[in-house]
Amino acid sequence: MLEIRQQYSFYGVLLYIGATIFVLYMAIDEPESRVWNGLFWVIQLFICINAVAKSFLQESRGRMLYFYSIASPGDFVLAKLLFNSLLMLIMSMLSLFLFSLFLGNPMTKFWQFIGLVLLGGWGLSLVFTFLAAIAAKAQQNAAIMAVLGFPLIIPQLLLLMRLSNAAFAPLLIIPTSTVLLLIAMDMMVILLAVILFPYLWKD
Amino acid sequence: MHKSWWKIASVLLLIYTVIGGFLFEVPRLLALEETIRNLYFHVCMWFGMMILFTISVVHSVRYLRTFNLKYDIYARQYAAVGIVMGALGYATGAIWMSYTWADPNNPTFQSFAALAREPKLIGAAIALLIYLAYMVLRDSITDMDKKARIGAVYNIFAYAMLFPSIWILPRVMDSLHPGREGNPALNTSDIDSKMRLVFYPAVIGWTLLGVWIATLKIRLTIIREKKMMQ
Repeated sequence: MLEIRQQYSFYGVLLYIGATIFVLYMAIDEPESRVWNGLFWVIQLFICINAVAKSFLQESRGRMLYFYSIASPGDFVLAKLLFNSLLMLIMSMLSLFLFSLFLGNPMTKFWQFIGLVLLGGWGLSLVFTFLAAIAAKAQQNAAIMAVLGFPLIIPQLLLLMRLSNAAFAPLLIIPTSTVLLLIAMDMMVILLAVILFPYLWKD
Repeated sequence: MHKSWWKIASVLLLIYTVIGGFLFEVPRLLALEETIRNLYFHVCMWFGMMILFTISVVHSVRYLRTFNLKYDIYARQYAAVGIVMGALGYATGAIWMSYTWADPNNPTFQSFAALAREPKLIGAAIALLIYLAYMVLRDSITDMDKKARIGAVYNIFAYAMLFPSIWILPRVMDSLHPGREGNPALNTSDIDSKMRLVFYPAVIGWTLLGVWIATLKIRLTIIREKKMMQ
């Protein structure tokens, strides 16, 4: 895939994570847990846009034609979704590590929070992969992706932030139904992507 | 004439709504008082918006099944009128809010930041942003077939993401807004039976008006496109 062919883009995203979190570290020290939580998810959002947008925007026309001839659209979009999910999971873990290193560690339920971060990263990457496909077909830059994607992702982010606030407070328990809801939404995104991608694919 | 009965119905229903809405007896609840009459306008706007967006997405699906450009124009114009209705819903909601929620010692503008963190308001804002993004996306592409196809795909995707979240968010977040449990304004306990006499006709009337505006816009666009072809 693209990130293995063009390794500089992969390292570019890594550097982006490091630089952003370092800037945050300079701007504020030891934020309280609510601020920490808000900042963390916003940074995740931007990382996701940067990491995932490349997957379609930087593919050349000829290469898309090549993929077109060897794979069916369903398989192709599933492969992209899977790859971007993995990429985003790695990035999420890295940014979580850097966040707790630089900005302190307010988590009281560490493992639950890791689970939430992985779930959130997965959800973000799925939505933005499909939007990247739309933006690439519209021959637009990554800015249109933000315009298209932010309103769609707000509900998921809201749910995630509420869940992770629960992970910070020792007394609150994380409601399982909301977690299941998020998983269901992710499943729906995959389903929609598989159904709708063939229409984007034909040129 | 035989096809315009629903336009006449729309006008009659709206006249009935305005007269009935302002003159009929309403229950005066604490803090709401006479402002409850806004229900006939504010809530109907949101109902109309949702119905128009649904019509729009149905036309997008039909476009992807047939690749007939006509359906793309339908989808675009229904979404546009839906946005207008949403904006009006906001305006009526803001008036209502300034009489009921806003802190009397604090002007509406200053208490806005505290009030806007409402699940219903967030949901509505998301809906409007999504459909404005749809307009931007669709109108930024010059190729006609491509514009229609990509617009339709985004429309379906956005709709499928939006509506679950509109229904889910209010149920998991705290809210001042009525209609947290179950379906707002449809519950039998929510709304007085006398108000129902005006409310249902009002919903139908406003929705028909929206559809009417949309059909006019559709005809205008089709004529314009035909002129461009020649």
